[in-house]
Amino acid sequence: MDPPSSLKLLGSWADSHTHRVQLALKLKGLEFEYQEEDAINPSPALLLHNPVYKKVPVLLHSDRPVVESVVILQYIDETWADNPIMPADPFERAVARFWCHFAEDKLAPAVGAVFSSSGEGQKTAVDQVHDNLKLLERELRDGAFKGKRFFGGDKIGLLDIVLGCGSYWLAVFEEVMEVKLVDPGTFPVFHAWLKDFEEQNEVKETIPAIDKLLEYARGIRQMMLSLSNGTSTTAPAAAGTTSAINVAVDGRSG
Amino acid sequence: MGEVDTKGVVLLDFWVSAFGQRCRIALAEKGVEYEYREENVLADKSPLLLESNPVYKKIPVLIHDGNPVCESLVIVQYIDEAWPHRAPLLPADPYARAQARFWADFIDKKVRPPYADASHIDYSAVCSQHSLMVSFMYQFYECGTRLWKLKGEEQAAAKKVFIRILMRLEGELGDKKYFGGDAFGFVDVALVPFVPWFYTYETCAGFSVEEVAPKLVAWGKRCMERESVANALSDPHKVYEFAGVLKKRFGVE
Repeated sequence: MDPPSSLKLLGSWADSHTHRVQLALKLKGLEFEYQEEDAINPSPALLLHNPVYKKVPVLLHSDRPVVESVVILQYIDETWADNPIMPADPFERAVARFWCHFAEDKLAPAVGAVFSSSGEGQKTAVDQVHDNLKLLERELRDGAFKGKRFFGGDKIGLLDIVLGCGSYWLAVFEEVMEVKLVDPGTFPVFHAWLKDFEEQNEVKETIPAIDKLLEYARGIRQMMLSLSNGTSTTAPAAAGTTSAINVAVDGRSG
Repeated sequence: MGEVDTKGVVLLDFWVSAFGQRCRIALAEKGVEYEYREENVLADKSPLLLESNPVYKKIPVLIHDGNPVCESLVIVQYIDEAWPHRAPLLPADPYARAQARFWADFIDKKVRPPYADASHIDYSAVCSQHSLMVSFMYQFYECGTRLWKLKGEEQAAAKKVFIRILMRLEGELGDKKYFGGDAFGFVDVALVPFVPWFYTYETCAGFSVEEVAPKLVAWGKRCMERESVANALSDPHKVYEFAGVLKKRFGVE
């Protein structure tokens, strides 16, 4: 096992992609140094180690950077073999990767759209979240994940980490936007999985307290509303707002 | 799954799809026998496709012993892991694997249009995975698509972005034989099916890929020396004809 100081994570406290990496490192029992990054003012280290995207998270292992959270998770899993987060079977791995892609490609943007829209646009966004959750619910109930406690089986795996770190925004947005996203009646299996996931010790240690997330989300929502109302917001703040939302929800820069 | 034997390998695909070609190349590199089934993406989707890929309803889909795998890069990794004893597509070293996954993801990234979709034509509704544009190749593909879909100022802007992407890839390739080094691998498979599209992009937007990215062009030719690639890739003129069909169909002209 490498000495603890060989791992360093550049991240942002409210960024779900950062949480994914923190959770994976915790599950593997790996110590690491953490450096907080500001999305609006990236550090020289971030720019050096992620020149392509200039975003968190970046995992430095003996000063070599690994970038993109799902790539990082697989790197961690392949470098430290104990407590595997990927299944061993190739087909199960393909299923996990597919749903990770779905989470990034369909679910996260839909959730982000709920937050950044209003009126009719928001209704459409909420419908899209529901459509996507239905697909997941079906897979949990009748498909590849039927009868499992977690997507990874008895223990948390890659897909739990990817979906779970981000799903807390659902509750936050429900409160801030006053919309219903995860109705336990409509999505009983997903809802049960999420509650179970959030109760795990490593998860509780990773995800920020809900009131901090609420405060953060409310702040961004305020900024967005004042932007769309044309009230005084400077260009950098506007860029920062978009950047912050994107970082928080799906880790991309738009 | 009524229409297909539960044993064996089936690939649901569309002849000109770069995403499908990735899978064909991977299967050929591994020497895997499979049944190729053409889906006419310009017409109704087959029941098998809808059943195998209910989430996206798009090709390519690999069905192995009745189990469907969707998303071209997921399929390629699956092929690599299910037939591990020949022609490894991903390197053994975890760090090198991370690099390969990063660049393949880069190639795929921004294929998905942003929420407020600026695409003038929902090409995505028609053609396979073309709606899924996210990551470099995605951006690459989306950007490339813009080159022949758009005109005037929008096309000029798309051209700039595309050239930047080409230069980024040129830089990453450097003087290596393939993206992963000496061995043909994952990133090569992810990118090479787009090479026949260069002619379309160049002709529509008026520039030369060779001038911007000569190493990339040389790499493309090297890849074409491999049977797996030569057999999978479309002829550039047929690609151009196909783009013309789409343009007419969606009133771009």
